[in-house]
Amino acid sequence: MNDLLRPCLALFGLLTLLTGVAYPALITVVAQVAFSHQANGSVIEIDGKAMGSDLIGQFFDEPGYFWGRPSATGPVGYNSAASTGSNLGPTNPALHDAIRTRVESIRAAHPGQSDSVPVDLVTASGSGLDPHISPAAAEYQVARVAKARGLSEEAVRKVVSEHTEGRTLGILGEPRVNVLKLNLALKAGVK
Amino acid sequence: MNAQSWIQLIVFSGVLVACVKPLGWYMSRVFQGQPCGLDRILSPLENVLLRIAGVRPDSEMSWKKYAVAAMLFNVVGFAAVYAILRLQHMLPLNPQAFPANSPDSAFNTAVSFATNTNWQGYGGEATMSYLSQMLALSVQNFVSAATGIAVLVALIRGLTRRCSDTIGNCWVDLTRSTIYVLLPLSAVLALGLVSQGVVQNFKPYRSAELVQSATFDEPSTGADGNIVTQKKTVTEQQLPMGPVASQVAIKQLGTNGGGYFNVNSAHPYENPTPLSNLLEVLAILIIPAALCWTFGDMVGDRRQGWAILAAMLVIFIPLMIGVVAAEQSGVPAFTQLGADQIASDTQSGGNMEGKEVRFGIVNSGIWAAATTAASNGSVNSMHDSYTPLGGLVPMWLMQLGEVVFGGVGSGLYGMLMFAIVAVFIAGLMVGRTPEYLGKKIEAFEMKMASLVILIPPVVVLIGTAIAIVGPGLTYMAGEEVKGNLNNSGAHGYSEVLYAFTSAGNNNGSAFAGLTANEPFYNSALGIAMWLSRYWLLIPVLAIAGSLARKKYTPPGAGTLPTHNALFVVLLVGAVVLVGALTFVPALALGPIVEHLQMVAM
Repeated sequence: MNDLLRPCLALFGLLTLLTGVAYPALITVVAQVAFSHQANGSVIEIDGKAMGSDLIGQFFDEPGYFWGRPSATGPVGYNSAASTGSNLGPTNPALHDAIRTRVESIRAAHPGQSDSVPVDLVTASGSGLDPHISPAAAEYQVARVAKARGLSEEAVRKVVSEHTEGRTLGILGEPRVNVLKLNLALKAGVK
Repeated sequence: MNAQSWIQLIVFSGVLVACVKPLGWYMSRVFQGQPCGLDRILSPLENVLLRIAGVRPDSEMSWKKYAVAAMLFNVVGFAAVYAILRLQHMLPLNPQAFPANSPDSAFNTAVSFATNTNWQGYGGEATMSYLSQMLALSVQNFVSAATGIAVLVALIRGLTRRCSDTIGNCWVDLTRSTIYVLLPLSAVLALGLVSQGVVQNFKPYRSAELVQSATFDEPSTGADGNIVTQKKTVTEQQLPMGPVASQVAIKQLGTNGGGYFNVNSAHPYENPTPLSNLLEVLAILIIPAALCWTFGDMVGDRRQGWAILAAMLVIFIPLMIGVVAAEQSGVPAFTQLGADQIASDTQSGGNMEGKEVRFGIVNSGIWAAATTAASNGSVNSMHDSYTPLGGLVPMWLMQLGEVVFGGVGSGLYGMLMFAIVAVFIAGLMVGRTPEYLGKKIEAFEMKMASLVILIPPVVVLIGTAIAIVGPGLTYMAGEEVKGNLNNSGAHGYSEVLYAFTSAGNNNGSAFAGLTANEPFYNSALGIAMWLSRYWLLIPVLAIAGSLARKKYTPPGAGTLPTHNALFVVLLVGAVVLVGALTFVPALALGPIVEHLQMVAM
């Protein structure tokens, strides 16, 4: 037993230094040099002020902005310091009530659109911070945003398509629209 | 499921299988002490570590000594994690000034990370300091994975050695697994993830201004004791920071699964793009899959390794397709309520509750299957919100005993136990003593293999039963949900079953609606994880020791070949039959009832 104790403690200490100190420190140094923007949170800076991140969604409910997905974070949606999904099961009445309410308010805000709302607009994301909506969900909102901003639908659609990403290499993931970047472009003014 | 879904399924499976041989070859060289390419840089490091620790690499251990060494190493690891979490408020690198973890939560987390389970009762970004993430959790991600690989290598030695009393040196195996396999792969993966947007720094959380301020109702207790709501306006968000990429890389590669953030790899800072997603989900399965090749190479017949891998894939691929199909078909009630769940060029459709748009249905489904086939347990979508059948598959993949890929090392040693059972059953059919790889399988091996196979189901089913009738559950039936459950009825029961399935098979994923960060679940699940890890590890090493002592029996006319399709069928049959017979009644009460309820709505 004693001949095991010393190697055990010594190796644990050494491997702790190697994997718990040296490894993260080395990765941090290389990351900060090679990928400084990404390693620090892909923060969007406008005039030196942090206006969010490329990767983290924000909450929008004004008619002149595109709206993102419902978020289950508390106490307010898109709370980036406390990520969470709803964790409601598919047969849970609470989930059905939530979807019913969301569908009703989305329909009320989009007269003239079809009755069936793209599913991502009425279901909470896994992280509560999903920065994206589907192109279908963006298209659903184009008329409303155009009207609120006094723009033509074509002009708004053009900004949407500029902020639509396809599948990576044409294969991976899903087509998507970054809501924050799209809204920042609208806020900056559409030419 | 459309063409795009099938293409992504094929790409994932294809890349995985393509990685098996190169990585398997590399690991085989490492564990046989042969030149592997990286040894020029790493062998001086290895020599220094072993010299300081006073280990003579050529001094071998009996299986008992090997087991004591592995256990001791894990006990020290457990104690270190517990101490760091309890003292984190007094330690450096805590810019958010998080307090110490509670005793039961620290106990649960320490067992969880030492046993390679990484069940998480806590939410990382709101409870863990940077020091705790690195020095306590990351370290265990490495060494618990290394323990699994070491035990596997010892078992392989048991199969290949003849009339030997020893099965290798535990310290050497742990060190080599860590510095030759896990560290280099993690470093490459971590930097790849940073390039995609996973954060890696030591800065405090950064506040960013909201483009549009958000107003919400904040409930508070008024002067008269009644709940009143107040309008409150939020104008900024706190962007979480930390050494995330270095932690995420090893949590995937070491089949650990403990996320840096609460929502694990659904968090955009932990898994920002489809490419980072592919890298992470491949990292879950790549070592367990490649170890099959390593096994074949080390026993001197590569077909043996391919046969085991084939059996794993035969079980895995249909189940993976099953999850994707179930989630893509969606929830009928959502359509009735007015949601459009039909897939098109502009949306993935399907059951999007708890899923991220960038991953859609197919990448969420692939991940759910991979993370539960391996004993990883990280998630990129919330399994609790899956359709009943979509949630049944991950649960059952764990209940198969985490042998379809399984944990690094532990998955393959579990599968080899099933191989022993399969040749034993075949031996019974023809009435002669069974052999596996030239070693006679006798009563002792069968007893130990049965222990390994039966302990997890016992832990899962008894644990679930105790929770359901007793303290883990305050209230389950009816409309109103109370106590620890987020969901009532059949789904609430599924949450409890999932929790014990996950802990009892060292997976770590959750139906996260169950509020498990409280004394009963922290303790009960902690004990379940502990039983399932070490009460398996010891019988496996006992088999290794017993096989090493035996002499080689050359294959005869009655020997069952273990590298052909017949054996693959037998092995798949053994795994699936044990898993189905043990768990179908329990599953019938949860996901199956819920599925019937869902379609009847």
